[in-house]
Amino acid sequence: MQATSSPVAAGPVTVRQPSLLQRQGELIGFVVMVVALIIAPFFTYPLFLMQAMCFALFACAFNLLIGYVGLLSFGHALYFGWASYLSAHAAKVWGFNPEFAILTGTLTAAVCGFLAGSLAIRRQGIYFAMITLALAQMMYFVALRMKFTGGEDGIQAVPRGYLFGFINLNNETTMYVFVMVVFLAGFLLIYRIIHSPFGEVLKAIRENEPRAISLGYKTDRYKLIAFVLSATLAGVAGSTKAITLQIASLTDVNWPMSGEVVLMTLVGGLGTIFGPVVGAFVILAMQFKLSSVGEWVLVIQGVIFVTVVLLFRRGIVGEIAALFRR
Amino acid sequence: MITIFGVPSAALFGQLLIGLINGSFYALLSLGLAVIFGMLNIINFAHGAQYMLGAVAAFLLLQFTGIGYWPALIIAPLIVGAFGIVIERTFLQWLYKLDHLYGLLLTFGLALIIEGVARNYLGSAGLPYALPESLRGGQNLGFMFLPNYRAWVIVVSLVICFGTWYAIERTRLGAYLRAATENPTLVRAFGINVPVMITLTYGFGVALAAFAGVMAAPIYNVSPQMGAELIIVVFAVVVIGGMGSILGAIVTGFGLGIVEGLTKVFFPEASNTVIFVIMAIVLLVRPAGLFGRGT
Repeated sequence: MQATSSPVAAGPVTVRQPSLLQRQGELIGFVVMVVALIIAPFFTYPLFLMQAMCFALFACAFNLLIGYVGLLSFGHALYFGWASYLSAHAAKVWGFNPEFAILTGTLTAAVCGFLAGSLAIRRQGIYFAMITLALAQMMYFVALRMKFTGGEDGIQAVPRGYLFGFINLNNETTMYVFVMVVFLAGFLLIYRIIHSPFGEVLKAIRENEPRAISLGYKTDRYKLIAFVLSATLAGVAGSTKAITLQIASLTDVNWPMSGEVVLMTLVGGLGTIFGPVVGAFVILAMQFKLSSVGEWVLVIQGVIFVTVVLLFRRGIVGEIAALFRR
Repeated sequence: MITIFGVPSAALFGQLLIGLINGSFYALLSLGLAVIFGMLNIINFAHGAQYMLGAVAAFLLLQFTGIGYWPALIIAPLIVGAFGIVIERTFLQWLYKLDHLYGLLLTFGLALIIEGVARNYLGSAGLPYALPESLRGGQNLGFMFLPNYRAWVIVVSLVICFGTWYAIERTRLGAYLRAATENPTLVRAFGINVPVMITLTYGFGVALAAFAGVMAAPIYNVSPQMGAELIIVVFAVVVIGGMGSILGAIVTGFGLGIVEGLTKVFFPEASNTVIFVIMAIVLLVRPAGLFGRGT
């Protein structure tokens, strides 16, 4: 393999100067998303929606790496799962308020992200994916061994508690609003990162890393910061999930979870802002509808992977955007 | 009883043997991965699933047609290898011009499909596969008991590994292969049918995985998830060894198997993670891998 890391070929090449039309499209998309999230609980299960928002944030965090730096992390379950464990443990055993429990989980993910990221960025391309996967598997075994994670049982019956000490999250509506605020804040933060000068450098690295280096950017440092940001936001998603669903388990930290977040992002559209959100809702809805077919879910996920890679590499949102651009 | 570092020597050699067996499978699988990656530029995530298919094929052959271990050792890899060729023709051939990542994603999807189908028809529990008649029993070496089958696995893996190394590094066909890895266009201009070579290489790599699967069937039970966790360890082995060298893949595979076996003796709780820890250390000290060239 040469040092030239070829760009992720699927993502539509971003227009250098975001046109007014594109900005408008994004604004409309955002408004539609917020309105949909506000009215959706009247039509479907709020718990499902909360779970979907957590996974949507997870997928957005993952997309920050693959979509905007071109780094495929195949081990994002590490940050999601470990944040979920620590947040659950902090809320249940240490009796932290939910906001501090989530902060504990998030910090855990940030530290894990820094350590794993420092190792993984030492290799490029396909090796990067294999290293992140292997490190995540290592931490899965650690989780399996450690006492506080509860092994096969996980940490169950995590108390939702009182946000800031006085907002009761056991109320379904307050919980919903809280998860929505966390999700939207994370989403906007990622949007801000992507459109900042820092984000532009990340895209430059994605398109042509040697060139970015020759322009004087310390690309390793940028990649590491992006990795830590992505892991941290995955941690926010995992922590919030632990509080919302009141459980942290081995499922969150095992490799199929890493595969699932890749699938969500891929289905929605790599390198699109709304893609991961759409992908997360689609995949979770599919799992929800298909919960009766048992093991076939695995086969269906595999078929979706193959189909999307062969036929719709741009994903749902990417294909729609391409239609509008024509 | 003789003890070495406070460990009974029988336990030590027993774990060393298990380490060597695991190492044989790491070597066979990482070798297949390296050969496939060299030609196709694709990391074959389905390698673990294809290893499992080899074991399943041997099991089904015995169950439904009464074909035993020895013929299965040839037939199962042929069947699974042919299946690999179909996969290459239908799916992989469209991806060569794209980023490597898509190959990984597609083969990951294939792995999910294969494992899911196997789970539906075989269940998650392991299915036993009897040892072949002629390899039962074992030798008492004085310091340890060596089961015949385990000795057979180690010897055959070594023969296959070095046979592959010889075929690639020392024969004419291997020279074509290496040339096509470097510059497919030029090799085509010499009148060699590179696309067919690519297809056959994939078939060979997959058959190698299936062969390892048949050999593993009597040792571990045949189960749908036997490949999934193994492939992640093999990825770590590949990161440590680097995919540039065939010999490197073999040495790293066996070496890490032995290290893992030793860890089971001295720090049993770390035996699952030791290979990943070594990977982390190698990345710190020699980012390109022990035998790696470039990235």
